[in-house]
Amino acid sequence: MFREMSPSFTDTHASTLPRVARVLVASVITAGGAALLLATLRTDKAPPELAVLVSEQLATSGVENPVTAVLLNFRSYDTLLEIAVLLIVAIAMQPHASSQPRIVAPSTNNESATNLVLTSLLRWLIPLSVLVGGYLLWTGAYAPGGAFQAGAVLAAAGVALALTERYQFGWQSAGAQWLISAGLAIFIATGIVSGMVTGTFLQYPVTYAATLILVVEIAATVSIAAILLQLFTRLARADVTSPHTSGASS
Amino acid sequence: MTPDIIYSGAGMVVFAMGLYGVIASAHILRKLVAINIMGIGVFMLLIATAHHDTLIDPVPHAMVLTGIVVAVAGTALCLWLAVVIRGLEHDAASHPSQ
Amino acid sequence: MSPMLFVDGLLASGAIALALLSLNAREVFTSIVLFVCLGLLATLIWARLGAWDVAIAEAAIGAGLTGALLLAARHRLREPTSRDDTPAARRPHVS
Repeated sequence: MFREMSPSFTDTHASTLPRVARVLVASVITAGGAALLLATLRTDKAPPELAVLVSEQLATSGVENPVTAVLLNFRSYDTLLEIAVLLIVAIAMQPHASSQPRIVAPSTNNESATNLVLTSLLRWLIPLSVLVGGYLLWTGAYAPGGAFQAGAVLAAAGVALALTERYQFGWQSAGAQWLISAGLAIFIATGIVSGMVTGTFLQYPVTYAATLILVVEIAATVSIAAILLQLFTRLARADVTSPHTSGASS
Repeated sequence: MTPDIIYSGAGMVVFAMGLYGVIASAHILRKLVAINIMGIGVFMLLIATAHHDTLIDPVPHAMVLTGIVVAVAGTALCLWLAVVIRGLEHDAASHPSQ
Repeated sequence: MSPMLFVDGLLASGAIALALLSLNAREVFTSIVLFVCLGLLATLIWARLGAWDVAIAEAAIGAGLTGALLLAARHRLREPTSRDDTPAARRPHVS
C-alpha cells in the first residue's frame, strides 16, 4: 500500500490505491473531518484580545495599517524568517553555470516566436504593473497593501515578460544575486541597528519606526519579486542557463 | 456571527477533502494541488476566526499572508525536486551502466 | 442579514464544490485550472471577510503564480526527455 502511495510523474488517472484502501482512507478522513467540523462549530469564539492590543499599540508602530504593523513591527520575526525561507528556496533552485553579465538579456534562440498580441499588450501592462506595485508598497502604511502584495504584482509582471519568449533572465549575474539577497540582508541590518539603539533585536525606536519599516519594505519587495520570478523562470526554462544545463544537471 | 460559522465549517470541509486528495491521488502535481487546497481550508478557518462583529483581528491576517508566501515557496521547491528527480530517473533509464 | 447569508452560502458551497471538482478532475490540467478558480473564489471570500491585504496577496500569488508554476512543471514533466536540447524544449511553455 505504501509503495502505491509514492508519487508518480507520468500517469494522469486519479488514484492507484486499491479500492479497499481508498474506502478506508475516505472513511477515516470523513470521521476526522466531521469531528473537526463539530469542534469548530461548537467552540465559542475567543474574545479579540490581540486585536484590542494591536489597536492600542498602533500609534507606536509607525504605520496606520494594522496588518502592516503586525507584519513589520510587532511580529517582524515571522516576516524575517519568511524572507529567509524564500531565500533558501531560491538558493536551492539556483543554476550553477558560469556567471552571466546581465540580469535580463534578449532571447537568442527564437526570433520567430513573437506573439504580437501579447507583446503589444505588455507595452501597456508592464509599466502599469510597476506603477501598481509601487502604489501598493507606498499605500501599505495606510491601507491594504504592502511588501508582499507589491512583490507579487511585480513578479507577475516579470512572469508575463517571460511568457513573451523575447527575454531571458540570468540569475547567475551579480545584480540578480544582490536583488535576491538584499531583502534579508537589509532586514537583518535594520534589526541589528535598531537593536543597538533600543537593546532588543528588531525593536524599532518609535520615532524612526516609519522610516525603518519603509526601508525594510522596499528591500523586501525587490527581493520577493526577484525570488518569485526566479522560481517561475527556472521551472519554465526562461532563464539563460537552461539551454546548457537543463533538468537533472542543474 | 453567522459568516464566521459558515466559513469555518467550509474551511474544515475543504481541508478534509484536500487531505484525502494528498493520500489517494498518485500524480505528484495532483498531490501538490491537494496540499494547496488543504492550505486554503486552513486559511479560511483563520480568516473566519479573525472576523468579529465590530472589529477585525489583524494578527491572523498577517499569519495567513505569511502562510500564502511560504506555501508558494514550498510548492515551487517540490515542483523543482520533481522535475530534477524525473530527469535523474530518465538518465538512469537511458544509461543503465552508470 | 438574509441577502448576505445567501452570498455567504453561495461562496462557501462554491469553494467546497470547486475543491471537489479539482480533486476529481480527469486530467491534471483540468485539476490545476480548477485550483486556480478556487484561488480566485477564495479571494472573494477574503474580501467578504474584510481581509483586504490577504485578498490582494491571494489574487496575485495563490491564484496567479501557483497556477503558473504548476502548469510550467506539468509541461516539464510531460516532456519525453528532460535534457532535450532542441530549440522547442528551451522555450518557456506554460500550457
